[in-house]
Amino acid sequence: MVRLITHNLLACHAKGCTTNNFPLKLQDVVVEVREAEFNADFLRGFLPRIEWTALVNAAKELGDTSLPLEMPEMVDDEFLKNLHHVLLEIHVDEGAMVCPNCGHKYPIMNGIPNMLLAEHEIG
Amino acid sequence: MSRPELVAPPEIYYGDIEAKKYTNNTRVQQIQADMTYRALELLNLPQDEPAFLLDIGCGSGLSGEILDEEGYNWVGVDIAPSMLEVALEREVEGDLFLHDIGQGFGFRPGSFDGAISISVIQWLLNAETSHPTSSPPHRLTRFFTTLHSALRNPSRAVLQFYPTSDDQIQLITSIAQKAGFGGGVVVDYPNSKKAKKVFLCLFVGSGGAQQVPK
Ligand SMILES: [Zn+2]
Repeated sequence: MVRLITHNLLACHAKGCTTNNFPLKLQDVVVEVREAEFNADFLRGFLPRIEWTALVNAAKELGDTSLPLEMPEMVDDEFLKNLHHVLLEIHVDEGAMVCPNCGHKYPIMNGIPNMLLAEHEIG
Repeated sequence: MSRPELVAPPEIYYGDIEAKKYTNNTRVQQIQADMTYRALELLNLPQDEPAFLLDIGCGSGLSGEILDEEGYNWVGVDIAPSMLEVALEREVEGDLFLHDIGQGFGFRPGSFDGAISISVIQWLLNAETSHPTSSPPHRLTRFFTTLHSALRNPSRAVLQFYPTSDDQIQLITSIAQKAGFGGGVVVDYPNSKKAKKVFLCLFVGSGGAQQVPK
């Protein structure tokens, strides 16, 4: 049940891993699409928080290419529908998120990412 | 009955049986629901903007179900896999993470419009090993510092917890302040031993300009 809305907010938090630690690379993923209630106001409010390139690339890795490469200046209904789908309806059920910097692997099992660090990785 | 945080770490204490017992206990459910509504009230979110919230120690999703009903999008973190499994079974809408909050968060700055936590942070007061990174001040510092950064400015975090002494409240609030939070403690029913509830109301920036509601 990890979706791209949270993947887009998540950096590696292992000890000393402070640069190039975002976005986590999705690996061997199994996805499931589940409908969610559309809320245009929520999406508009959330838009400034998104790291756009990371979102577009992650969506592409999950097989969705509906988003434009650049965040559009004019936000229309069709764009919001696509954004809604990418952020909130694609669930990663299995796989892993891997830090591009330190290589820490956060496994995803049964929809739940395991974010626990080993003792030596705690800051 | 012993307080659970003195018996074993949460991921051990809330094994499969305790997780189901806890979740199906109607009295627990009612108290959790009341405290969640109260936490949302203290969070004082703007009415017109749908918010994205963090539920710290979301457990089996008792508070998450209320967040769903109230129309919030949310992320929940918990250290007990059995509790998260129950949350999955209950089909809550939020994204769930297996996470030890004492290790700190990795969320980017300004990720959330607010955070709530119901009956969780007293667990951070117990050292699980003698390793220096496991000491309560270390864990509290990592928790509050990374939480502060994960919240938008201005915003609030409302954390209900069960302190066993005023010293514990003092320790927790002083570390939260060092991490950059303003705000303070709100005590409901201070004169009732049973009903008394302690809410740590933390502000990032102005916390949304209003005062802590009484
Ligand atoms: Zn890393």
